[in-house]
Amino acid sequence: MNRRANEAGSTVVYMARHPLRKKFVRDWRLLLMFLPVLIYYLVFCYLPMVGIVMGFEDFRMGSGFAGLFTSKWVGLQWFKQFFSSVFAWRLIRNTFLLSFYSLIFGFPIPIIFAIAITQLRAKRFGKVAQVITYLPYFISTVVVVGMMTNFLSPSSGIINQMIVRMGGKAVNFMSDPHWFRRLYVISGSWQTFGFNSIIFVAAIMGIDPELYEAMNVDGASRWQKIIHLVLPMISETIILLLIMTLGNLLNVGFEKVYLMYSPAVYETGDVISTYVYRQGIENHSYGYASAVGLFYSAVGFVFVVTSNWLSRRMTGSSLW
Amino acid sequence: MMLKAARGAKPDSFRTESAGDKVLDIIIWALVLFAVIITLYPFLYVVSVSISDGAAVARGDVLLLPKGFSLDAFGMVTKYKQLWTSYGNTFIYTVFGTIANVIFTCLGAYPLSKKHFFLRRPLNFFVVFTMYFSGGLIPTYMVVTGLGLYNSRFAMILPVLVSTYNMMICRSAMSRVPSDLFENASLDGASDFYMMLHIAVPLIKPTLAVLTLYYAVARYNDFFNAMLYLGDAALQPLQMFLRRVLILSSSEILQQAGTTGAAAAAQNTLKIRYVCIVLAAIPIFTITPFVQKYLIAGTMLGAVKG
Repeated sequence: MNRRANEAGSTVVYMARHPLRKKFVRDWRLLLMFLPVLIYYLVFCYLPMVGIVMGFEDFRMGSGFAGLFTSKWVGLQWFKQFFSSVFAWRLIRNTFLLSFYSLIFGFPIPIIFAIAITQLRAKRFGKVAQVITYLPYFISTVVVVGMMTNFLSPSSGIINQMIVRMGGKAVNFMSDPHWFRRLYVISGSWQTFGFNSIIFVAAIMGIDPELYEAMNVDGASRWQKIIHLVLPMISETIILLLIMTLGNLLNVGFEKVYLMYSPAVYETGDVISTYVYRQGIENHSYGYASAVGLFYSAVGFVFVVTSNWLSRRMTGSSLW
Repeated sequence: MMLKAARGAKPDSFRTESAGDKVLDIIIWALVLFAVIITLYPFLYVVSVSISDGAAVARGDVLLLPKGFSLDAFGMVTKYKQLWTSYGNTFIYTVFGTIANVIFTCLGAYPLSKKHFFLRRPLNFFVVFTMYFSGGLIPTYMVVTGLGLYNSRFAMILPVLVSTYNMMICRSAMSRVPSDLFENASLDGASDFYMMLHIAVPLIKPTLAVLTLYYAVARYNDFFNAMLYLGDAALQPLQMFLRRVLILSSSEILQQAGTTGAAAAAQNTLKIRYVCIVLAAIPIFTITPFVQKYLIAGTMLGAVKG
């Protein structure tokens, strides 16, 4: 024990005296091990960050990535074009509202479900219910949107068949702008509530049984136990997750919107990321699309940094 | 003693509790039951339609249980070659993608878990920064296509080689391995690579199992990269095929099955689509229940204290 402490001490002194080169000699194997990962990050994460320059250029695809250095510099032209276009406000509003409604509607459900499942008297049924309800989480977005599209189809969908049977008129849900946000939020919640409840279930299971006993002694009702014991005990988890969710508030799932929307619902369904996709990949306006994408990344950056700062201040923990 | 007496006076069972508690119990029961039903119903309905008689489906008679029995839609879909091509592609991307994911995640996580590693902090920041900020879709697309990955199978693997979030989870699991184990091995002359493989990896197996599962599901479900980088139908994975059939149009399968006439098409379109959903969901539904014990442990990994 003593010997090891001495050794550690002498290593510190040694390191202080012999800087960088010695450290390389000591840790080169770790560095070598990390090298493939380093290359991955440089190529697929940092090189695209360099590519942001495109947002300030009249970028032409023909020249490939090298076109970065040869394309004409246009300064803030694309940003001005975006913010003066009729799309800017609509896209920002749609992106924000889609996430906001998902949060308002989607965040409390897993908590309620977790409380219900842990308060359930039939313990085995609770376990089964938990396994069943998190299954949809692993189903691909394509399948979820595919099911939704077919269930809601005006001609053959089961929902509309029911509506017609009950004397109503078939609704073309998927191409009705009024329905887009609701469908997005409901299907999202359907897919994730079971999985998202797992963390709350674990937090509730972690509550000391003696606290329940103590409340029993006081003659507390089940409702009182939920309000005065369970909720306070999981409040930290709730706050932490809420902050994390806020950090990713603008990360609207591109894939899902892309699979769900059509020009008929652009009014409510078109979000910044799908617009970037259409402008860039489909219309080849690379410079313009990169500029809009950069605006999106920058706003996202502010959100994540703020939420992480909040989390560290309020709960003492953060993602990293 | 007191506690026991109290419990004796008020045994914890439905029969003996107060009326208010009973009502709450019933509400809770109903809530959980409702959750189970709305989760299961869509899947049961899809399976029922896929094996029901076509005419009954077209009339809208199938609501929960199958009406009649016919596997002709399964026949039509499974005879369609593109299904198997895309299934095979998905298999390749899932297996090789997941293996690459796990290897690279370990390679990255191990050095970052070493407290004495002199570049630990800068590299950690280097990696984590990508969770805050990204170049965005278009520059990434330029890089990937610029590397010649358009219409290459590698486009499904390389751009998503490491998930930073998963690597952070792996890192913190590795840093919880007692450092004595490494020190002793190191005195015996073990290299870092050897120690990662024979000490760190075996000791964090439960964590790795969860990460492997997450990666495998992500690779299996990957639609985004395929849509961006794979224009060639011979390379496209199942999710691309599903999108075409489920959301756009199923006429390709109907045509190859020789179905003509609007009535026959109407009868079969829905069935064909639901058969595709069943075929796509089978791997997920057969695997996830078996790994659920790891899964529940896995969601707890997210809360990394740091």
